[in-house]
Amino acid sequence: MGFLWDNHSVILDAFGEGLILSGWAALFALVVGTLLAVMRVSPVPPLRWTGTAYVAVLRNTPLVLCFMVFTSAIPHLGFTAEPLTWAIWALSAYTAAFVCEAVRAGIMSVPRGQAEAARAVGMTFGQSMRLVILPQALRAAVPPLGNTMIAMWKNSTVAAGFGVAEGAGALHDLLNEHADKIWTLFVGIAAGYMVVVFAISAVFRLIERTWRYA
Amino acid sequence: MNDTGFLYDAPGPRARRRILAASVLTGLALAAVAVWIVVRLNDRGQFVTDLWEPFNDPSVWSTIGQGLGNTLKAAALAIVFAIAFGAVLAAGRLSDHAPVRWVANLVVEVFRAIPLLIMMIALFAAFPATLGPLWSVVIALTVYNGSLLSEVFRAGVNGVPSGQREAAFALGLRKTQVLTLVLLPQAVRTMLPVIISQCVVTLKDTALGRIVTYQELLLVGSTIEVTYQNYVPTTIVLAAIYVSLNMSVSGLAQLAQRWLSRARKSAPPASITVAEPGA
Repeated sequence: MGFLWDNHSVILDAFGEGLILSGWAALFALVVGTLLAVMRVSPVPPLRWTGTAYVAVLRNTPLVLCFMVFTSAIPHLGFTAEPLTWAIWALSAYTAAFVCEAVRAGIMSVPRGQAEAARAVGMTFGQSMRLVILPQALRAAVPPLGNTMIAMWKNSTVAAGFGVAEGAGALHDLLNEHADKIWTLFVGIAAGYMVVVFAISAVFRLIERTWRYA
Repeated sequence: MNDTGFLYDAPGPRARRRILAASVLTGLALAAVAVWIVVRLNDRGQFVTDLWEPFNDPSVWSTIGQGLGNTLKAAALAIVFAIAFGAVLAAGRLSDHAPVRWVANLVVEVFRAIPLLIMMIALFAAFPATLGPLWSVVIALTVYNGSLLSEVFRAGVNGVPSGQREAAFALGLRKTQVLTLVLLPQAVRTMLPVIISQCVVTLKDTALGRIVTYQELLLVGSTIEVTYQNYVPTTIVLAAIYVSLNMSVSGLAQLAQRWLSRARKSAPPASITVAEPGA
């Protein structure tokens, strides 16, 4: 315990960095993933194909490869950014595919009568999506989205290998100097990750409860 | 599942014109993006033969082959052990004895909440000589995927209609017999596609092994990039290999799904999904 306290600033900074990374990635992934889901159910075939292709490719790509694209390939095309920025791009691009799947499953779970009724009162596709389908679909998608966000938080550790000093990076670096403290470090940092995991799952349970049909 | 037609009416003449216009616009936008990417790659000299030259060298391909072999080896070992570990955990969670259930549930909750990478780093740091990179990767993947699979197994067994279990008990079968002779054979039908898609997740997760210096495909690729300074071409080659490999395994999962749902006339019980994307 004393050892963890001595290094608490390193560890807390690392978790802060991880939370910044995951926070931005969560925002972008949720927005892009929802747009992709709408594309995949739209009446315009090329939009549908684009959405389907994106999900098919990204779901079959390891996150590490996704990071390599953003940290070693794209910088050689003349784009520059901080490692944290690239990590946010990589994690968002990857997670968006899973958000899309969760939202699409939510859309499919909306009773078809809802869409038919929306059309019967003269709504366009955009209106029926925005006002009728998505509000219900997102509600149904809350539990799977919670799982996606938890997985994303755990996946943010991959950034440690690509120049972002977050939790796994802190573990790795501290072990280089204090190999004998391995179990203290492991338990401390693993517990830190678990706390955030349980916090995310509590938040999503709360959202699920407050959004339930009245 | 894939039929989203209920979201809009069959288009009339005006809607058809609008859809056509939107399709053309999307097509143009996509083409513009594709052209921009190609132009950008060309401007930066990424199509110069020098950068692609290493891929004419058989020794580069044999290195890639070794990396791919290591990836497949770790994934195969991890899947086999994870299925065994998951089965044990699932048996524990389905047990009639409450303490056994608690322990199994606790193990699953803990291992699901710890990032894989943290487990790999810790295992490798704690037992560098005994485990080495390969077994650090395999053990971490085993406990993590085993915990996920135990949930699949449990849901699969619980998903078998309860009449089956009751009928088996009424015939005088024992607990273990009910499970192995009646419930499991039926549960496998719903579980197999999920198990196969979990193989894809494992295949992807072996790439995390680079942090403990496991020489898997992507780490080998990183070395090639640095040696030949051909970052973009190598990334393209690696992506092509990895994505096509995973897509074939995913395709296998879909085939299994279709084959199993055709195997019996009755609709299979609601399919189970693992909602964890993995890395």
